[in-house]
Amino acid sequence: MAHPSSYQPNTGIERWLDARLPIVRVVHDQFMVFPTPRNLNYWWTFGGILTFMLAVQIATGVVLAMHFVPTESGAFDSVEKIMRDVNWGWLLRYAHSVGASMFFLAVYIHTFRGLYYGSYKAPREVLWILGVLILMLMIATAFMGYSLPWGQMSFWAVTVITNLFSSLDAVIPGLGTRLVQWIWGGFAVGGPTLNRLYSLHYLFPFLIAGVVALHIWALHIPGNNNPTGIDVKVPTDTVPFHPYYTIKDGFALVAFILVFAALVFYAPNFLGHPDNYIPANPLQTPTHIVPEWYFLPFYAILRAIPNKLLGVAALNGSILILFFVPWLDTSKVRSTRYRPVYRWFFWAFVVTCVALGYLGAQQPEGWYLVLGRIFTAYYFAFFLVVMPVVGLIEKPRGLPGSITEPVLGPEAVRAAPATPRRLKPEQVG
Amino acid sequence: MATHDIPLEPLSADNDEPTRRDVLLIAAGGCAIVGGAAALWPLLDQMNPDASTLSLATTEVDISHVEPGQALTVMWRGKPIFIRHRTDQEIAKAKDTPLDDLIDPLARNANLPENAPASDDNRAAKDREPWLVMVGVCTHLGCIPKGQAVGDYKGEYGGWFCPCHGSQYDTAGRVRIGPAPENLAIPPYSFLSDEKIKIG
Amino acid sequence: MNSSSLVLMAAGALLLALTGPSAAEDDSGTPPNNNHAPEIARQSWSFTPPFGTYDNAQLQRGFQVYKEVCANCHSMRLLSYRNLGEPGGPEFAPKAVEVLASQVQVTDGPNEKGEMFQRPARPSDRFRSPFANEQLARLANNGALPPDLSVIAKARPGGADYIYALLTGYRPAPQGFAPAEGMHYNAAFPGHQIAMAPPLSDGVVVYTDGTKPIVGNYARDVSAFLMWAAEPKLEERYTLGARVMIFLIVFLAIMYLAKRAVWARVHHGNEALHLETARAVPAQDEKATR
Repeated sequence: MAHPSSYQPNTGIERWLDARLPIVRVVHDQFMVFPTPRNLNYWWTFGGILTFMLAVQIATGVVLAMHFVPTESGAFDSVEKIMRDVNWGWLLRYAHSVGASMFFLAVYIHTFRGLYYGSYKAPREVLWILGVLILMLMIATAFMGYSLPWGQMSFWAVTVITNLFSSLDAVIPGLGTRLVQWIWGGFAVGGPTLNRLYSLHYLFPFLIAGVVALHIWALHIPGNNNPTGIDVKVPTDTVPFHPYYTIKDGFALVAFILVFAALVFYAPNFLGHPDNYIPANPLQTPTHIVPEWYFLPFYAILRAIPNKLLGVAALNGSILILFFVPWLDTSKVRSTRYRPVYRWFFWAFVVTCVALGYLGAQQPEGWYLVLGRIFTAYYFAFFLVVMPVVGLIEKPRGLPGSITEPVLGPEAVRAAPATPRRLKPEQVG
Repeated sequence: MATHDIPLEPLSADNDEPTRRDVLLIAAGGCAIVGGAAALWPLLDQMNPDASTLSLATTEVDISHVEPGQALTVMWRGKPIFIRHRTDQEIAKAKDTPLDDLIDPLARNANLPENAPASDDNRAAKDREPWLVMVGVCTHLGCIPKGQAVGDYKGEYGGWFCPCHGSQYDTAGRVRIGPAPENLAIPPYSFLSDEKIKIG
Repeated sequence: MNSSSLVLMAAGALLLALTGPSAAEDDSGTPPNNNHAPEIARQSWSFTPPFGTYDNAQLQRGFQVYKEVCANCHSMRLLSYRNLGEPGGPEFAPKAVEVLASQVQVTDGPNEKGEMFQRPARPSDRFRSPFANEQLARLANNGALPPDLSVIAKARPGGADYIYALLTGYRPAPQGFAPAEGMHYNAAFPGHQIAMAPPLSDGVVVYTDGTKPIVGNYARDVSAFLMWAAEPKLEERYTLGARVMIFLIVFLAIMYLAKRAVWARVHHGNEALHLETARAVPAQDEKATR
């Protein structure tokens, strides 16, 4: 995709700007004519959808912050004032809270798409790592945002999650306690905690936006992966991003917004929990505390392990392990489409994640606990055993023959040799 | 195979149904613009005063203890309201001022028609000449003029003096020395009794 | 769309289907599995989505029940009297709202003498709370705290259905079930022991519009009123939602046609689409291996 820039500044003003800040050139090269595989399916539209959702969350969040009061006595009431008195406040608040769920729905689909089609494999390792970093920042942001209405679920979620750090007492006695008190700004979750969570909740989305910029940059060096997982070689493999993918992404985006809007307008509390409409009460824990749906699989992993420190380690490990996926997967082909053995393991992994999500909402007792342990074991085994081993022993199906796949090895070379296809960094700007 | 072409500019390059495609793309773009603009409105309108602010429209004030020559300042919609019990001297001074001497010839009284002249009758409370009720915000740039407290400098006309940029108001709250362009505004108010005023 | 995409999509739907309801027991009315809450019967309400509206007369009666019965113990501190006249609610006339407010004495001040004083409430005032603070409320209620009712309909699984079931759920305790001292048996309350004595009895509130003054009607009206109190913008939400949905469906249709029009050249102009023809080249066809 190393096409030289095709931007032609026509007017004097365009030439003047291009010599000083070639921003129009970058947009033209990277988002208009950018060569994009012609066979991308609808699972590839979630990148654009995620960009949109980040913008929605920042826009609604900034205006909600104009009315929110980050104090123990003011938080709950100010959220209700937004719902009742602020012009369009109910819409902004519901869009923001439902938006968080839609954001996670999209990011999980995006992640599973990357896993299925091997989008993390060379040369896209950095792209994948940046994506995992975004996921981690999103988790932190969503957690902090959920604390802000200062309802019962907010308060006890903060208490439980921040107490994860106290598990470090098992490493160095006293360390965990000191760390947790530092996070709380007190001896329990309280006003100072709420205020700092609010501050960081405002900051993190902009960090996400920064990493997203790097993520897109890293995408535009090798270009998009595609459902076959094989490299683009000849110009006819691609179409210009605009109008082909602007219109396709746009169509998918409108469909996504339709679902989003249906939830906002007709079931805004469907994904929430009634206990969070009870103001925070430090003297009473709700009988059944559950995180938001998008954290349930991780919550199930935490609870599957009976040891405090190991449980926290598994929780963290379940996300951190994603960083190593590019090197855990030993397969010579990218796309699961051509991996007859691995695909079964992949779908078992998807089922595992869904099952962990279900189990995360159940009481950790009896069969639920047993199942939780089985699925947790498979979650890790998928990365640590399946990915390396199946990749080595599996015989992939024949790939489309006309494109040489560099990672595939010589036996599949059957067409013209690959041409260099990386953009030079300076072309990206 | 390498020779087949995918047009870079499908709009201009396509000759099959240019009209239909153009119409669709324009309609899609139009929808995006309309939808985006509609979504923008709540983000802007949320900054307008909210329902609870709008409902705080009235304030009731007890004026029974305000003697002639004294003044009272109360809050109404987040702004100070000057309530002055004028002396006969101050009333006479205000009445003697020819309207031609005024910078702003209009009464600026929310209880009267917009074009009412700035006579003392139109500035003072109806049938209660000693009482002057005004929004105590300088019409220049929003400072609070001096003159409510007994020891304040009241300016050359014995009314109010704005410390920010030197505007001076007379005993009917009319601007006499700039830069303020207008007389002090008079809010909607009414006397509930001899001792009680309802503002707003 | 190829088969693997379909499978992936099905998995996404499954994920939604499985995680959605379990995390959202509120809307389904299903109680959390651990505290063994009783099954709450669904009622039919005027405000169900997508086109529902509040029944003004019902909300007015519900407010009357709240005012004459519930308000003796339960606060609604997030509501103001002005809310009673706002669109999409009970919609009392402006004069009626002023009268309703002025019937209540609220504390204001301090005045010039530094003293707090009582005055009739104005529409902009919040609903007066029956107790000055939590301690007083507990003292007057045998140690139990009557919860604030402002958002109660959203704070309980089952919402209005639950409130109705609770208010109509008082029965003699079944054989072998002995509620503790000062507690009352209630079929709908989790654990079946509630500190609140049966608040409603036939005829306790006098309706003026001909509605039968029985417990079932009181419970239904006050449940609807509390739903409005918790979600006062519901009508506005549904109305705007309908417009937005229509707009988005039209937009989606246009985008679909536009997308097809733009991609027509790629799909039809290249019968020998590189990747499609190439797939036939390897020894095994993808479908053949299934």
